Amino acid sequence: MAGISMRVNGREVDADVEDRTLLVDFLRNNLVLTGTHVGCDTSQCGACVVHLDGKAVKSCTMLAAQAAGSDITTVEGLMSDGELHPVQRAFREHHGLQCGFCTPGMIMAATDMIARHGAALDEATVRTELEGNICRCTGYHNIVRSILAAAAEMNGTQQAAE
Amino acid sequence: MYSTKYHRASSVAEATSLVSAAEDGKFLAGGQTLISTMKQRLAAPSDVVDLRHVDDLQGISVSGETVRIGAATTHAQIAESEDVRNVCAAFADLASLIGDPHVRHMGTIGGSVANNDPAADYPAALVALEATVHTNNRDIAAGDFFVGLFETALEEDEIIVAVSFAAPKKAAYQKFPNPASRYALVGVFVADGSAGARVGVTGAGSDGVFRASDMETALDGEFAAGSLDGVEVDTGLMMSDLHGAPDYRANLVKVLAKRAVVAAV
Amino acid sequence: MGVEGIGARAARKEDRRFITGQGRYTDDMVVAGMKHAAFVRSPHAHARIKGIDKSAAESMPGVLGVLDGKQLTEDGIGNIICGWMIHSTDGSPMNMGVWRPLAEDKVRYVGDAVVVVVAETRALAQEAAEAVQVDYEELPAVTDAVSAIEPGAPQIHEAAEKNLIFDWEIGESLAVEEAISDAANIVELEVSNNRLIPNAMEPRAALGLYDSAEEHYTCWTTSQNPHLARLVMSAFYNVAPENKLRVIAPDVGGGFGSKIYIYPEEIVCLWASKRTGVPVKWTADRSESFLTDAHGRDHVSTIKIAFDANNRMTGIKVDTLANLGAYMSLFSSVTPTYLYATLLSGQYNVPNVHANVRTVYTNTAPVDAYRGAGRPEACYLVERAMETAARQLGVDPAELRRINFVKEFPHQTPVIMNYDTGDFEASLDAAMQASDYAGFPDRKAEAQARGKLRGIGLSCYIEACGIAPSQAVGSLGAGVGLWESAEVRVNAVGTIEVLTGSHSHGQGHETTFAQVVADRLGIGLDTISVVHGDTDKVQMGMGTYGSRSGAVGMSAVAKALDKVESKARKVAAHLMEADEADIVIDEGHLKVAGTNKGIPWSQMALACYTAHDLPEGMEPGLKETAFFDPANFTFPSGCYVCEVEVDPDTGKTDIIQFVAADDFGNIINPMIVEGQVHGGLAQGIGQALLEGCAYDPETGQLLTASYMDYTMPRADDLPNFEVSTTVTECPSNPLGVKGCGEAGAIGSPPAVINAITDAIGNNDLSMPATSQNVWKALNEA
Repeated sequence: MAGISMRVNGREVDADVEDRTLLVDFLRNNLVLTGTHVGCDTSQCGACVVHLDGKAVKSCTMLAAQAAGSDITTVEGLMSDGELHPVQRAFREHHGLQCGFCTPGMIMAATDMIARHGAALDEATVRTELEGNICRCTGYHNIVRSILAAAAEMNGTQQAAE
Repeated sequence: MYSTKYHRASSVAEATSLVSAAEDGKFLAGGQTLISTMKQRLAAPSDVVDLRHVDDLQGISVSGETVRIGAATTHAQIAESEDVRNVCAAFADLASLIGDPHVRHMGTIGGSVANNDPAADYPAALVALEATVHTNNRDIAAGDFFVGLFETALEEDEIIVAVSFAAPKKAAYQKFPNPASRYALVGVFVADGSAGARVGVTGAGSDGVFRASDMETALDGEFAAGSLDGVEVDTGLMMSDLHGAPDYRANLVKVLAKRAVVAAV
Repeated sequence: MGVEGIGARAARKEDRRFITGQGRYTDDMVVAGMKHAAFVRSPHAHARIKGIDKSAAESMPGVLGVLDGKQLTEDGIGNIICGWMIHSTDGSPMNMGVWRPLAEDKVRYVGDAVVVVVAETRALAQEAAEAVQVDYEELPAVTDAVSAIEPGAPQIHEAAEKNLIFDWEIGESLAVEEAISDAANIVELEVSNNRLIPNAMEPRAALGLYDSAEEHYTCWTTSQNPHLARLVMSAFYNVAPENKLRVIAPDVGGGFGSKIYIYPEEIVCLWASKRTGVPVKWTADRSESFLTDAHGRDHVSTIKIAFDANNRMTGIKVDTLANLGAYMSLFSSVTPTYLYATLLSGQYNVPNVHANVRTVYTNTAPVDAYRGAGRPEACYLVERAMETAARQLGVDPAELRRINFVKEFPHQTPVIMNYDTGDFEASLDAAMQASDYAGFPDRKAEAQARGKLRGIGLSCYIEACGIAPSQAVGSLGAGVGLWESAEVRVNAVGTIEVLTGSHSHGQGHETTFAQVVADRLGIGLDTISVVHGDTDKVQMGMGTYGSRSGAVGMSAVAKALDKVESKARKVAAHLMEADEADIVIDEGHLKVAGTNKGIPWSQMALACYTAHDLPEGMEPGLKETAFFDPANFTFPSGCYVCEVEVDPDTGKTDIIQFVAADDFGNIINPMIVEGQVHGGLAQGIGQALLEGCAYDPETGQLLTASYMDYTMPRADDLPNFEVSTTVTECPSNPLGVKGCGEAGAIGSPPAVINAITDAIGNNDLSMPATSQNVWKALNEA
């Protein structure tokens, strides 16, 4: 049992957890942030993707203790001032989700992908970059569209701001 | 997962002493293999010692033609590193093909090399580049480091601190992923180095990574894909599983080697 | 149509909770005092249980109960059953072996549940489960259907001699034999339909809660049909009477058939909750899902098609062996019979069809309906054979199909089905045009110049959906009726709740069902809520599978709306002192036709509830219920074209384009329909190229037990899809809809394999056409 503290969605959290506690279980069970899902046990499906210090990681493949002292963002932390993140909005507008189970991981992967590639993001890159996120419902067609649409909007916004 | 005790080391010395003090301690680098294995109850270390915060294991440095990559450097950092790309673009390309973006953000070169998964990508490059594996105790030539399936020359409590290699004249990596796991079903790293042509093969060998010496000899004649036309790959040396029978793997070794020679820059 | 009515691409109402991480899936549920279950599962494919030693596990910290099959039997929990009786040709009923929720005497596949452990945490439960000692006497195992009926094969169930469950036929055998002997040409093909593992992304889960004061159970579970689950758990498994059992299927993360069935785990969680006195939750990890979710397909078949001198089909003869796994799952018997062989005449006007289907037990996970369920197997067989025939007869594949199409409707096939409408040439033409079929030779030549092998393949599918007319299925052996219910509640302020027995686990019912209401009443989608998935809220229903929610579930809503509108008109007429026949409902108002008189919908609703001024004798309130039982199946159909490029060096196949032209009848929300097609195509292409369940034939161990070995289609495996629709309205339901959930998975596999075999010039290629398999086929060509 160890005391750990980290920042989750901008909030400082402290907890005593067993050392073997996975980050995903800590988020789901201790913090009741159940948007982060577990879809496999071999680190492949990506339903558990969160951001660790700004980078997408699989929260099922790290201990909560490894994340101590870090800044974590989950799907619950993406909205700002009650407004959906452009990626969230794009998934809805382009029907990028069906059952919704892989969706939080998809959205977290998408925001990370857009941050890394910026305006250079094209369809082939999106498909390659989604290697670590499995969806069984959509055939990915509309997920790819959603991500490209969000990327275009976010890059457009950035350009306008510059 | 079975119960375990987590430690966070801040130096190499602290890490090794924590592991040696433990009943069954394990170094925890990016954890992309170890945590998965522990989750499936296939590993049950009493203690894990986190290396991600050890400064001595960080960083990429170039000296002359040689690049040194700290063991805790992530695949993503290597893929994005201009320094690595300048010395050997193929090595950066290889790193960009490991796992998926999320795995690359956590997984480290030291962890991967120490694990020596027979389908991992780095070993092919390290043997072809005749790289050096630096540990807290010694320097080990890559050719001596990879011993067998999941087996390396590392002693108990020995820890990889960095790997280094010199720039080849030309190199390229070609990977044919296992369709399910996306590990290398076969991966071939070809380098035209100062000592001649080198061909490292991962994913295919029943004994793990190997150098295809027949191919190297053929390429020493002329570093061109056509030089490989007459080279036979021994199916007896190939691994076999659902996704690749020996004859298919042997075919891929040759196809990928030729493509790597064509792609080499 | 308005912007939110029928035909509108309305964004989904349910999305907000999913994109913000606020979906509520079964594993997200927490109730006070909840503990965790882990199952002890058989590591052997076939073994006798000689003894179980639970003592070590029972004494471990945090363990509340270690329960076995003997205790389950003592408490009177019934056998898990198959709900559809099939009789063999000789008149004997199917040979159904005993399936206990926890095995007592024998285990029959790797993953068979033997003991359940309930403990404080999931980790403690798993550790205690490992400490349970089961003494097994290993028995020889058999995993494939062909070996299972060979002499000397291991006997799996006492009830099924030589592992044969039934030997069934449909159609006129003699007539087909005659057609074959008179044929100008005969085309023969042997085809296996690869076994698939469904892999809904949300693993199965169950939370059982027993309230001892009320003797009442609540079960949260990952179900496509909570009402059917309650019915079956009450009537057959003796868990509790229906009035003492509430089943809730909250947000469910995909089903594809695998969540239709009632599995051992939900029964055991409910029972264990009573036994241990605590709420018990179990969530599968992915490995358990691989081992124990009902698998799909797994047929070995031969087909013979007889053609006359004009290339017209005169007869089809089929022989199929279907692997049902270790136990008969809920719909396992109907999937390879009435959902399969009744579609063997495809889109074609063929006078004679005969099929013989034998089903067998093996030491593998139970096999049941998976997206398409029987119809993909039929379509694959027929469409592979048609492509083969075209090559053999030297006719263009499109042309051969065209000359054999059914062109007049209704059309009675020789295998039960009565096709009501369709226009097969329209979808063929649409697909050929969209794919530039005519331009293919040029593209092939261009690819050849680059060292790539290009191929094109067609598939013209038909399916029977809108499952199903109750009387018809009853006569064929179904244990239940397959109607659907709906309740439309108009609140006092005019807002509406629609309660449906359908269940949405990705299909978007909360939007499309509301669109039907919005279309009729002209009120906004935001004033309409759709309620589903809770037996305490919804009266009864049959759930979602077989592309039935639109054709049957929405039709029930439409029927309930008829009643609501009828009463609303009476009330409005009374309030406005007009003739009821003159009242029209438009844009949220009830208007008197030809006048400027009208009242808002909300005013009428309020009048129903204040009841101050209702017509003489009218009951207050406005709430109507309807049950809709369809008159026929629906028959979605379409044409798919797949174009591939094969790398001859590695065998890797890239799908260059995939065109789908479907006829789903009327469409409620095109955006959602396209999404359903995309998903179905991905699963069908996955079957064709990537996915294949493999058991070790000796040990019966599942070799593809994780994503490390079972290839799930990923984004970079798939192309963008070009989808379009043509419309012939379905006459058997008030909305004219046919259903769209399964089409993609049904029609796509033969298109892919037809394209690859065209590219490589070798017709002998099995699914999945992995790079390795294609490379081998190329080298054998």
